Amino acid sequence: MVAKKLMGRAIIPGDAEGIAVVSRQAISFWGGISPETGEIIDQRHDCSGQVIAGKVFVYPAGKGSSTGSAVLMESIKNGVAPAAIILAKIDPILALGSIVADELYGKSVPIILLSQEDFYTIQDGCHLVIHSNGMVER
Amino acid sequence: MKVNLIQKDRGMLNGDYGEAARLAMNIIVRMADVLDAPELMDITQSHIDGCGLMSDTGLEFAETMAKRGGKVIVPTTMNMIPLDLRNWKKLGVPEDFANRALRMAKAYEDMGCIPTWTCAPYQGYMVPRFGQQIAWGESNAINYANSVLGARTERYADFMDLCAALTGRVPKYGLHLKENRKGEVLIRLVNFAPDVFRDDTFFPALGHLTGKIAEHRIPVIDGLVGYVTSDQFKAFGAAAASSGAVGLYHIVGITPEAPTLEDAFQGTEPPEVVEVTPLDVMAARASLSTTKGEGLNLDAVVLGCPHFSYDEFRKVAQAIEKYPQGLSSGVRFIILTSQASYALLERSASLSVLASFGAEIIFDTCIFHSPIVASGASVIMTNSGKCAYYAPGEMDVNVVFGNIEDCVRSAVLGVIHTEETRW
Repeated sequence: MVAKKLMGRAIIPGDAEGIAVVSRQAISFWGGISPETGEIIDQRHDCSGQVIAGKVFVYPAGKGSSTGSAVLMESIKNGVAPAAIILAKIDPILALGSIVADELYGKSVPIILLSQEDFYTIQDGCHLVIHSNGMVER
Repeated sequence: MKVNLIQKDRGMLNGDYGEAARLAMNIIVRMADVLDAPELMDITQSHIDGCGLMSDTGLEFAETMAKRGGKVIVPTTMNMIPLDLRNWKKLGVPEDFANRALRMAKAYEDMGCIPTWTCAPYQGYMVPRFGQQIAWGESNAINYANSVLGARTERYADFMDLCAALTGRVPKYGLHLKENRKGEVLIRLVNFAPDVFRDDTFFPALGHLTGKIAEHRIPVIDGLVGYVTSDQFKAFGAAAASSGAVGLYHIVGITPEAPTLEDAFQGTEPPEVVEVTPLDVMAARASLSTTKGEGLNLDAVVLGCPHFSYDEFRKVAQAIEKYPQGLSSGVRFIILTSQASYALLERSASLSVLASFGAEIIFDTCIFHSPIVASGASVIMTNSGKCAYYAPGEMDVNVVFGNIEDCVRSAVLGVIHTEETRW
């Protein structure tokens, strides 16, 4: 595949790369993802059973529990957080988790917001490079 | 930094109000930039969910803020804590886990929070009023405050809730502003007989469906008639905030910002209309169960997600009285509640009915956050759409959804036996 650059907005800036795990469904991090293993435990979710640790987790929007921020922070501390997160709609709960992890531990997960159109061009399993200016390369 | 700050905000950011306020304001300002909020605004009450998950990071955050001298400057109630503060020893909660939960409780109390320990704060102490600007965590409490009470809160994340309480400030954004509270999708109920609205499985099932339809949009329900109780709103909202990101909903003719359909959409045309029939709600109800379950051995009934009210206890006691044979051995009958609701129950004859049946009443906590049900359990039953949504992932069990009557009957028989009404 020819390399392609998508320009997004860096909600939480940072450099990262990894294999994309792509979902078409909203998810609640609490009740959805194990902070011990990074596995998707929501059995009603289209990526149920996949592990997002070290991957670029691509999903359209957040939902559900306000404890999502705590789960992301705990995942960061446990070393099983995604390498980066790409969204089509801002998830303030997740953004807050990444900001507080940065404040307490100096570690955060980059979060990129893409346009709806660009968001849906990302295929599961492709290798993505995320730049701190919000650019996504594949 | 893009957000415009007033002098007091800058003072906090500079550390003039102490280290905890500095850290809290720093986080709020960073969030304001993420959200493109032009400025901050005052809130006058907070409800904290950051105490719910027993995690190293959650404990560290709370203790860091407390050690740095953090004090809440608005009345601040507390969501559940990962421990039954009265009975954890009897429940066999490991000492190490309990001590960490107690440290978390202490940190929040030291900061001046009110030890309500409930996920249904709107049925208890310090209930917000119409139009009041507040900063609440806990997804079910958020949509109750916004939708039923008409108070105004964003869907605050764990830890943002404490930052708001320590500073009294939040980004001026989202559901705090009237223009962002108009309906975004119309859900029209068609062909419903009024009796359906009195069935206790209707509200959690409709909530589950509403969350799926609405996703992150504000749903408006039209066609619901009659009186909706606080417990029914609770069941509806908790389910909708699990299957979707529903922080606010309107029910035409019933919730305070929707006296009419036009009010619900603030004079605009509904961008999308979805018709929902009794068959759709019945399908949503069926999808809350992961197994048909009929005849399966039952390990536990879990009620009180969100926390039981006095009235719900009374309903369970009435159902129990129909079954003199009592609870089947090997089945646990668990009810989660707040110490405030229990104080009412203690004044009523229902308590002895529940106690002699063998119901276990658990305080202050959540089935998902405290080690209450042994990991060997494989089938649980609940009347809660929220519990049914999260139990398979969080507890690794099969779940069967039913009304209180179904739960009691199955607990007596020891095997699942539901009598689903057709609508």
